[in-house]
Amino acid sequence: MAGGREIKTKIKSVQNTRKVTRALEMVSASKIRRAQDLMKASRPYARLMRQAIGHIALANSEYRHPFMVEREDVRRVGYVIVSTDRGLCGGLNTNLFRTLLPQIRAWQDKGVEVDLVCIGQKATSYFRRLKINMLGSVTHLGEKPQVAELVGVIKVMLDAYTEGRIDRLSLVYNDFVNTMTQKATIDQLLPLPPGDESPSTHAWDYLYEPDARTVLDHVLTRYVESLVYQATLENLASEHAARMVAMKSASDNATKAIGELTLIYNKARQAAITQEISEIVGGAAAV
Amino acid sequence: MSTIRCDIVSAEQEIFHGHVSMVIATGEMGELGIAPRHAPLITRLKPGQVRLKLENGDEQFFYVSGGILEVQPQVVTVLADTAVRAADLDEAAARKAKDEAERAIANRSDAMEIAEAQNQLAQAIAQLQALEHLRRNLKH
Repeated sequence: MAGGREIKTKIKSVQNTRKVTRALEMVSASKIRRAQDLMKASRPYARLMRQAIGHIALANSEYRHPFMVEREDVRRVGYVIVSTDRGLCGGLNTNLFRTLLPQIRAWQDKGVEVDLVCIGQKATSYFRRLKINMLGSVTHLGEKPQVAELVGVIKVMLDAYTEGRIDRLSLVYNDFVNTMTQKATIDQLLPLPPGDESPSTHAWDYLYEPDARTVLDHVLTRYVESLVYQATLENLASEHAARMVAMKSASDNATKAIGELTLIYNKARQAAITQEISEIVGGAAAV
Repeated sequence: MSTIRCDIVSAEQEIFHGHVSMVIATGEMGELGIAPRHAPLITRLKPGQVRLKLENGDEQFFYVSGGILEVQPQVVTVLADTAVRAADLDEAAARKAKDEAERAIANRSDAMEIAEAQNQLAQAIAQLQALEHLRRNLKH
């Protein structure tokens, strides 16, 4: 019987693959809910933080914080890239990097150098191979990222900005729209993009304790941290969603392949039987 | 009795929101008592308690490990830190992030590299086989 055993082995191996993809799909389906809960839980902070920043932008302070001042001469830019630690999540990371690369190339063509910090294993190994200057990296944040784990990479970039080593800072991550859609997003972090200036009815300013500089330093640092943290959570939810979808289509493809292989196997078996019978009949006729 | 809206949140969860008659917190320059119609103010908080006097006279306590207190005419916002933060701790974290990047750049035996090497090996083998094939064909 032609290749019957080989086809059987092939079917077995596809079945095993399907077991793995099914399991991964199920794991992601359960994790995505937790990731979404985390995302929701961190939203009030982000919202109130934005509100406070909005107030600060409106206050008539004598002190202008460097984070809020646009620099005319951009010589070096920074990117904070949020990626996943693990693969098998479809084109999630690839899409993100593909959205970012033209920007990086455009800067480089203009003679502007690019600095990166990477969150997640995938970005770290990808951009290392591209030989783009990497200032910092953090990996293996797990299922429940903590702000404290992100402080390091953010501080690296903020210090670089304060010291004038970079003149612009952006955040790159996958925005979780819904389970089927994740949007590669690039947001400008620094200088703070100007908000919609609503004309204030009267000039007012905060009482700063101890002084404007210290307080604004602190607030704006926390603001950037909250944005990066939020992006990390969005990316985590995106990762699970993308993995779930990718693994679902992998399982479906496996099922289809098994169907086709079974058909081929049955045909081969039937052909072998037919051949055997005709041989016997032919043999008997010859006698 | 007049009240003011108060929101307390940390990056990881919402802690309190509602109307209160007074907010008492440990600011960097000392204890602060914020009553309704306080002037706009913004300050850093020291690790310590935030005490809320509710409308019905009850008190509620929250521990914050630092953060920001913002007073607006309509609302008091406390943006609490989730972990104790200090300049030298941040510094150490930043150094760690840099080390991590350097390690990632220096580390040549990472899975990606191995895959690349295997790829090149496979290509080399294929080329050798092609050469072998050519040579055999030439002999015939």
